[in-house]
Amino acid sequence: MSLAMLFEAWRAMGANRLRTFLTMLGMVIGVGAVIVMSAVGAGTQAKVKDSIASMGSNLLIVLAGSMTSGGVRLGSGGVQTLTVSDATAIEELDTISAAAPTTAGSAQLIYQSANWYTQVTGTTPSYFEVRDWELESGYPFMDSDVRGATRVVVLGKTIAQNLFGDEDPIGKTIRIKNSPYLVVGVLVKKGQSLDGRDQDDTAIVPITTAQTKLFGSQFKGVVRFIMVEALGESVMDKAEKEMGDLLRQRHKLRESVEDDFTIRNLTALANTAEETTKAMSLMLAAIASISLLVGGIGIMNIMLVSVTERTREIGIRIAIGAKQRHILVQFLLEALMISIIGCLIGVCVGVGGALLIQKFFAISVAVTQSSILISFAVATGVGVFFGFYPARKAANLEPIEALRYQ
Amino acid sequence: MEEVIKIRNLSKNYHTDAGEVNVLKGVDITIEKGEFVAIMGPSGSGKSTFMNILGCLDKVTSGNYVLGGKDTNSLSRDELAELRNHMIGFVFQGFNLIPRQNLIDNVALPLVYAGVNTHDRKIRAKEILKSVGLEAFGTYLPNQISGGQQQRVAIARALVNRPKLILADEPTGNLDTKTSEEIMQLFCDLNEKEGITIVLVTHEPDIAAFAKRLVNFVDGKIQHDGPTSLHVKENT
Repeated sequence: MSLAMLFEAWRAMGANRLRTFLTMLGMVIGVGAVIVMSAVGAGTQAKVKDSIASMGSNLLIVLAGSMTSGGVRLGSGGVQTLTVSDATAIEELDTISAAAPTTAGSAQLIYQSANWYTQVTGTTPSYFEVRDWELESGYPFMDSDVRGATRVVVLGKTIAQNLFGDEDPIGKTIRIKNSPYLVVGVLVKKGQSLDGRDQDDTAIVPITTAQTKLFGSQFKGVVRFIMVEALGESVMDKAEKEMGDLLRQRHKLRESVEDDFTIRNLTALANTAEETTKAMSLMLAAIASISLLVGGIGIMNIMLVSVTERTREIGIRIAIGAKQRHILVQFLLEALMISIIGCLIGVCVGVGGALLIQKFFAISVAVTQSSILISFAVATGVGVFFGFYPARKAANLEPIEALRYQ
Repeated sequence: MEEVIKIRNLSKNYHTDAGEVNVLKGVDITIEKGEFVAIMGPSGSGKSTFMNILGCLDKVTSGNYVLGGKDTNSLSRDELAELRNHMIGFVFQGFNLIPRQNLIDNVALPLVYAGVNTHDRKIRAKEILKSVGLEAFGTYLPNQISGGQQQRVAIARALVNRPKLILADEPTGNLDTKTSEEIMQLFCDLNEKEGITIVLVTHEPDIAAFAKRLVNFVDGKIQHDGPTSLHVKENT
């Protein structure tokens, strides 16, 4: 393969510009579609991954009540069987790094003339660890605040913005259910959760404060759920089992009795969500590659026409000494050149298209290097695959018949 | 003398819908280096088929064809391509230049397949274009010059790889009388000065008269083989 042959292929392409352009267009659209689709897929995937990471890692949630209780099916949380001391016991397990008993209710928050209705979460300082949630300013409340049921509150970013605007909330006093609470910290922004809720629209108070002073409770120390962080992903299953055993023992359940709690593995749920988006982006790419295939068929079609048109030229070349591989390579190069140049343009169109989509449709996209590399590999493959048959047809022409062809 | 072409008992059959057609029926001929042979004969006499076989473009049905000491029956398709490349220069009636390429590239084409590098190809192609008097037209495309000039380019292309044999199939068929004579004079010069063997098919006696030896085909056989007689020349 010499430079002259490349040049010759280039010249043959230039001989019928419109036709070459239209053939190339098939590749451009195919490659462009693959890149746009995989960019949209990868963007969605990255977004889901972010949401999962924002939940906290290796998260297990213990909900009070089981799905059925004495033949009556109840939702989780239907019976209040979990206590703060259950959480303390869970935290002492080897496989668990932190456990935060949590109770929640809704209340109106008031600061001067501004007010905001939101969810108030009562929990322990472990909560911030379990959720991997850092503070933007101020400090979280302490264990001593939990023991003393002090009126302190940590605000989510959304609430801080709505109540205080540009003002610094730390050290200010807000009112919840007509009682004053001291703002000790503001959490960093976490954004939307997997189900689209604003995770920053929450206020966090010590659990004892929530139970005794805010919402009250039927039984002292009862909580709705416990958020638990396992030591690592590998011990998730073990942690789940140990926790179950511990709780059965603590709740004095006999063998025949069902669990009075439900453990949910959020990481597993998250993984499922991640796999779903992965499957979606794969499917998008697969649909896009069909257009690549169609582009390839277009190349084959035009190369067949080209071989027929240039039969006489092929005859001349064979007569003056072209071997079969010379003819084969000549036509293969032409097909390859169309597909590779088409691919180059397609990459530009695809990247441009992805950016436009991001700009105008507010969908997060991520053009991956791998999608560009794969497009190139596939385009080259398509060029060789669909160029091969016409090229071989040309190389196998009988010299006499090719020369006589009118 | 060195034998360029040696043919023994050559037959060629074609399969057609009407059955087997026997085009060449036992041809024997030897052509030596430096000969200038004109082949004549009515249409259907088998002279074109004979030329195709001489050019290694078609296979024999039976018999032997030895070209430059090589038995063509034993050669593969690619080996035949190489043999054509080194041994034979083709000149066709329809010039058969490649329309997209300029004259230099057209002339240099056999050298591409011979594996000569770009630089040497250019030099050789310009040199040979000059020898046919077209050095000023190197970058022209074939459709920008006259028929006579195109045929000169075709001859230059046939000569570029220094062949021993030139096969010309009605080279003047598309040219006027004056241009035809110029082309024939070019063949004569090549034959006399360079000692290149030339085999030429024509149906015009005055063209055949430029050759030294005349072979007449009738019905797939050689009917007459001898020196170009004055008789032919007088008839023109």
